[in-house]
Amino acid sequence: MSSKASTVAWGVMWGLAAGLYAGLALAAADPYQLNFPEPKSVIARDIYDQHTMLLWICLVIFIGVFGTMFYSMLKHRKSQGYKAANFHHSTTVEIIWTIIPFVILMGMAYPATKTIIAMKDTSNPDITIKTTGYQWKWGYDYITGEGEGISFMSALATPRGQIDNSQPKGENYLLEVDNRLVVPVGKKVRILLTANDVIHAWWVPALGAKQDAIPGYVRDTWFTADSPGTYRGQCAELCGKEHGFMPIVVEAVEPAKYTQWVAEQKKKTAVAAVDTNKVFSADELKAEGEKVYTANCVACHQANGKGTPPAFPPLEGSKIANGPKADHINIVVNGKTGTAMAPFKHLSDVQIAAVVTYERNSWGNKAGDVVQPSEINEFRK
Amino acid sequence: MAAVHEHDVAHAHDDHHPSGISRWICATNHKDIGTMYLWFAFTMFLTGGVMALTIRAELFQPGIQIVNPEFFNQLTTMHGLIMVFGAIMPAFVGFANWQVPMMIGAPDMAFARMNNWSFWLLPPAAMLLVGSFFVPGGAPAGGWTIYPPLSVQMGMGMDMAIFALHIMGASSIMGSINIITTILNMRAPGMTLMKMPLFVWTWLITAYLLVLVMPVLAGAVTMLLTDRNFGTNFFNAAGGGDPVMFQHIFWFFGHPEVYIMILPAFGIVSEIIPTFARKPLFGYSSMVYATASIAILSCIVWAHHMFTAGMPVTGQLFFMYATMLIAVPTGVKVFNWTATMWRGSMTFETPMLFAIGFIFLFTLGGFSGVICAIVPIDIQVQDTYYVIAHFHYVLVSGALFSIFGGIYYWLPKWTGHMYDESLGKLHFWLSFFFFNLAFFVQHFLGLAGMPRRIPDYALQFADFNMISTIGAFGFGLSQLLFLYVVLKCIRGGAKAPAKPWEGAKTLEWTLPSPAPYHSFETPPVFKG
Repeated sequence: MSSKASTVAWGVMWGLAAGLYAGLALAAADPYQLNFPEPKSVIARDIYDQHTMLLWICLVIFIGVFGTMFYSMLKHRKSQGYKAANFHHSTTVEIIWTIIPFVILMGMAYPATKTIIAMKDTSNPDITIKTTGYQWKWGYDYITGEGEGISFMSALATPRGQIDNSQPKGENYLLEVDNRLVVPVGKKVRILLTANDVIHAWWVPALGAKQDAIPGYVRDTWFTADSPGTYRGQCAELCGKEHGFMPIVVEAVEPAKYTQWVAEQKKKTAVAAVDTNKVFSADELKAEGEKVYTANCVACHQANGKGTPPAFPPLEGSKIANGPKADHINIVVNGKTGTAMAPFKHLSDVQIAAVVTYERNSWGNKAGDVVQPSEINEFRK
Repeated sequence: MAAVHEHDVAHAHDDHHPSGISRWICATNHKDIGTMYLWFAFTMFLTGGVMALTIRAELFQPGIQIVNPEFFNQLTTMHGLIMVFGAIMPAFVGFANWQVPMMIGAPDMAFARMNNWSFWLLPPAAMLLVGSFFVPGGAPAGGWTIYPPLSVQMGMGMDMAIFALHIMGASSIMGSINIITTILNMRAPGMTLMKMPLFVWTWLITAYLLVLVMPVLAGAVTMLLTDRNFGTNFFNAAGGGDPVMFQHIFWFFGHPEVYIMILPAFGIVSEIIPTFARKPLFGYSSMVYATASIAILSCIVWAHHMFTAGMPVTGQLFFMYATMLIAVPTGVKVFNWTATMWRGSMTFETPMLFAIGFIFLFTLGGFSGVICAIVPIDIQVQDTYYVIAHFHYVLVSGALFSIFGGIYYWLPKWTGHMYDESLGKLHFWLSFFFFNLAFFVQHFLGLAGMPRRIPDYALQFADFNMISTIGAFGFGLSQLLFLYVVLKCIRGGAKAPAKPWEGAKTLEWTLPSPAPYHSFETPPVFKG
């Protein structure tokens, strides 16, 4: 189909859909949105159109079957003095209504098959991003293409106060993150998925991409964003108590802006490396540590350090937080296999030093020692 | 042995039976056991219902108000497990116990004592399941599908649920063996297989499905149990296992399970529609073949629950095509019911209302089912409220509505009294209205992007969630009216004749109402 013809076809589709669904073309955050969000990738658009087509087919069948049934219910009733007929089978009719649905189904399967093949074709990406599901945040590593080497975590940015109703809720309540996944428009982005602890699912409706992230396995999906914008999604596989609180935010930008963003990220990484050799005071580390703890640890181990046993043990009075430093650093950096404790090696040396210091000196823990970033740097070697 | 045998023979045709509590604990009579199954199912239905209402109350508004996220996940998990294994399945077994012997002209079920055992396994299983709320770590919170590795993180409540599933599985298998044996061996002379009432046919096929898949579930949860407690690595990738393997095994059970919950419903509706249309069922033999085809197809479509888990293109295509094929026999059923009504002489008593409500809403669930079968669309709606809406259309307005219809249809036979027709109709209309209020809007929520199993949601989903919660409370409270109507009917009411429904044809209506304790002591003459 030529691009002009397809534009016309889309126009017709949209018109039909808008006739069926009042309010369809409104903004994404419309509280009465009745359909998929406006599609922003080829795949999402295929999905949208196939869904519309299926609704029309269902509508026709609905009218056929229930038109007949309701006519019958109105006319063929005893109270109207209608006498029952006695027919009870007709091979011809039965064969016809076995074959017709079969043909309709083939009509549905044909476009779906083409889309499935397109969805599964993750070859020749411009950028590949490894995405890791953690309880309960996402880790992104740009592994090939422009931006290679960039790596960050992305967690819910909605303040707890909004969730527990002590503050008014913001516009993008539960759908905002600290670090967005930035991608260039018009480029094929391949997302490699895995998980660290349990199964998660990475889903951005407007881009038509959803794929489970499974520990120990790598799966993939892809998208090419049509136009710049912020596309929001959520984890779609139950992954524990904060499952509802690990959104995904993709920011698609023009390629030039993307290049600029890549440069900024590289600069930040360089700055973090310098800090490693600086010596901090205990109070500085504790203050920074509390921030790191609130952002990364509080969901499981709780603000009061009491955890939520049995899955998430308390840090208050724990053997590790009161024992030798090395064990404590080890569990934070490497996690503990077979448990919910994830590795936090993606945090900077300063952040790990700060949070370990904070944990060893809070909630009555009496280790009393201070861990410097240089020690973490040493530990990593 | 001989002495015992003589003793049994001496009492075989005695009509006296234990009374008081031992009538129930030592029950071997199919009607007593059927009654216990139905009350057990209703109790679990209310238990699971209270959980559903707590979930809906939390979702009334955005933000966390009533329950914390851990407890919320426990509620969604237990709501699913209790409704599937505690309410819908036992209710249908209750129907089989009451109706199969009466409809085939038998005195009782084939294995009376095993029948007792298969019922009495259920209360301890239910206690284990519900008791898991009170142990450290609480009830399982990994969803009713109990996917590892999440289910490996749970506390001992998970182990209790696993044992409960084992016990309920054993109960189902014994119940099924009993039903199969009864149907194959105890039919009245002249009732060939192709002359059996359709309810009996659907249960025969369901029982085979149960025998086939319950052991598979038992295997899956046993591996989960040893992964959790004995250091095995069946589903742990770090130890060489495969978490996706659990999903394959679970859904090899889980998809036929869906049909286990709907085939007997097809059977009940296929009894009710011809009765109130005063016209024989259209396409009896194609109904039987359609039921069998659905059962067979149901065993080769399981991975359509896993389209986002990562599968090769060929896998996705195979499971999509196979799933779409199920629409053909299901369509045949809907067309046959419509053709049965066509040019009938219809009246609309409560059972008929529920049967028509079933066809109407189940078909809507069928449409959304076809939409979910299309892989690209499923990628968008999988694990969203769209799927929640879809399976509540087939399980609540499908399975549950047929159960209500069946209860109203056979209550006169069971109790000897007519139920209150106007209250019955009121129960239908309240259920119909509030059900749609609760679940129709969930289609929109899912399409717009609201994931399932979340205790809190973005502001754009607020209005529809509020409507859904109002509908859910209306639906839940309407069921108290059902309880009232049933109790009123048991306690008294107009005396029911042997055949209260003019168009009824099956054998149970040749017995007086209430039916005698040993349904048919001598086989009836069957003129099919």
